[in-house]
Amino acid sequence: MLDYKLHKLEMGPDTLVALTEREAALYYRQLVAIRRLEAAAAQLYREQLVRGFCHLYTGQEACAVGLCAALRPQDNLIAGYRIHGWAYLMGVTAAAVLAELTGRASGCAQGKGGSMHMYAPNFYGGNGIVGAQISLGTGIALANKYRKNGAVCFALYGDGAANQGQIFECYNMAQLWKLPIVFVCENNNYGMGTSAWRASSNTNYYTRGDYLPGVWVDGQDVLAVRSATRFAIEHAQQRGPLVLELCTYRYAGHSMSDPGTSYRTREEVQQVRQRQDAIERFRKICLEMSLLTQTQLLGIERTVRDEMELAIKAARTDVELPLSHLCNDVYAGSYAQLQLRGVLGHNLEHARSRTESCHE
Amino acid sequence: MPPDLCDKIIIMKVSSLARGLFSAIKSNAASSTRSHFTYYPTKFSPGTRDVQKMNMFQAINNAMDQALEQDSSALLFGEDVGFGGVFRCSVNLRDKYGKDRVFNTPLCEQGIAGFAIGVANTGATAIAEIQFADYIFPSFDQIVNEAAKYRYRSGGLFDCGSLTFRVPCGAVGHGALYHSQSPEAYFAHTPGLRVVIPRGPIKAKGLLLACIRDANPCIMFEPKTLYRAAVEDVPTEAYAEDLGKCDILREGKDVTLVGWGTQVHVLLEVADLAKKQLDIDCEVIDLVSILPWDTQTICNSVNKTGRVLIAHEAPFTQGFGSEMAAYIQEKCFLRLEAPVKRVTGWDTPFPHVFEPFYLPDKHRCLAALKEIINY
Repeated sequence: MLDYKLHKLEMGPDTLVALTEREAALYYRQLVAIRRLEAAAAQLYREQLVRGFCHLYTGQEACAVGLCAALRPQDNLIAGYRIHGWAYLMGVTAAAVLAELTGRASGCAQGKGGSMHMYAPNFYGGNGIVGAQISLGTGIALANKYRKNGAVCFALYGDGAANQGQIFECYNMAQLWKLPIVFVCENNNYGMGTSAWRASSNTNYYTRGDYLPGVWVDGQDVLAVRSATRFAIEHAQQRGPLVLELCTYRYAGHSMSDPGTSYRTREEVQQVRQRQDAIERFRKICLEMSLLTQTQLLGIERTVRDEMELAIKAARTDVELPLSHLCNDVYAGSYAQLQLRGVLGHNLEHARSRTESCHE
Repeated sequence: MPPDLCDKIIIMKVSSLARGLFSAIKSNAASSTRSHFTYYPTKFSPGTRDVQKMNMFQAINNAMDQALEQDSSALLFGEDVGFGGVFRCSVNLRDKYGKDRVFNTPLCEQGIAGFAIGVANTGATAIAEIQFADYIFPSFDQIVNEAAKYRYRSGGLFDCGSLTFRVPCGAVGHGALYHSQSPEAYFAHTPGLRVVIPRGPIKAKGLLLACIRDANPCIMFEPKTLYRAAVEDVPTEAYAEDLGKCDILREGKDVTLVGWGTQVHVLLEVADLAKKQLDIDCEVIDLVSILPWDTQTICNSVNKTGRVLIAHEAPFTQGFGSEMAAYIQEKCFLRLEAPVKRVTGWDTPFPHVFEPFYLPDKHRCLAALKEIINY
């Protein structure tokens, strides 16, 4: 039995859900994979192979796994900067994620973007500026509607970003034009070091759309998130935009520079780990419902470990992008002056790295 | 001097919250060995002034402490300033002056800017922090269309002169696209604003106090890589630097080198290298004030030397160097022995992995210097 809170809705997502063996194995693998991927990223960061900003998704896995479980091939997704897990689920291999962090040419964005800028077909990133991605997502939804491709756009943001003005501009446009968009607030209760209640006068983020209907979902429950996403897709296509709030928790700090213990107690983090851990809960369901055996679970974990080891190796040893790429991809190829100005008249040749981009 | 020692000398009690949060950042300080510049401290001529060793965030903290003390209408706000700020510039200030005067805003730059302008409209002093210069763009409209034009459009009836924005900026070694930008040129294009950039703690404290007291809306861009790296003996009393004036840090007869912020230290090293390798005497000038800029001192210097090199981290096209170059060639045309040279970041977004190649480091500056010497 699943539990939701509804805003301006008579009926909500299904509270009784089905789970097959195959699905159980898939979701479990994805949950464990993201957890291990983030651990690998942290390890590489500590070795100083990854520098700059690195925001780990550890603890929030159920949101990504649950939501992506319900996505159809034509749907699109855009998110903020805590995106390693999302990139992985949207088709970027673990090796490409980690190599992007270590700045290798085999990285998702050839090493030019780093942790916050990963992209894949139908996954528009990967955005560093907080809240900016929502406006982009609204535009994507408009394009979906215009092209009649039946796609729904999921625009993700956090509890901190929920206070950015442009989000409210987007709520209005989406509702006005009945766009196929779902605004998803991943509420992990802290915007960097500020707890949600200290930043927001209304922490019921699923109601912040005001005239937009909303659903509060237990973000630690894969099946609840999946059910809510299915509901949201149907709603977005038939009746217009919706706000989903996924209530979740991150174990790590905001980024690798933040130990995450100065604005919350260690006990709080421990409590969530022990009682609300997304992977543990799913594991229990699999075992109790006899969908997967202990042996099968261990087998999945081993496969994931092997996958991550290969990925880590690639991230450590792959070549970096050559200097000639410094000035690539600033413009599209049809830019008249195909030389970029710099210093001493050393004008660098501009080129495009790829002949096709992710969109048609 | 290692940061830990500095912490013990400072009388203020660093809140344990801030200490805990940034113990991880301290361990990352090893990356300063990879930085592209060497810090050249400014030394005061000896006098009766009381000085204290401070790094740049401590100097800024000291300036705000004095401003809040002297001006009971002064408020300090921004994202995360309450516990001390992500760069520790506001440690202890909330404890000392209370939550009503030092407080956090939610994550909304446009709101912060508009709010700050409103506070200043009433005559109260507003010190608003934008956490990174890269995030200033949602507030661009407020700053350019409201703050800068308030006095003009009301014929002097209203203004937001008691407004100061503090904005960490510039390359830090690993900031990539959105934690490294230098947007001074966008704001230099807006009459009505003051834009200043300190090169170290002494300058930072004096400029900040001057901006707070100045009757115009001011933006102080603080090179974030200098917060810890820059340590100087800073006067403990409250003092204000002159706004709109540049500093000649070193006198020379052969070529004028102009920069601001972190780049000043790159240029000082270039001057040393030029003297050693080429026996060239460089006049090194810290522009300090981007808007309005000290055209007179710069042109006097260029008239003297006949050659000038301007360096900045921001991209080449339409960087602030282009404004200076246009002005200098107009005023000093007949005295110029070589074209005005600019050494800047490339015309690309600030890169992730290519940062060392992107920055106008001492090698590129020296090469450009050789070129104009031999013109």
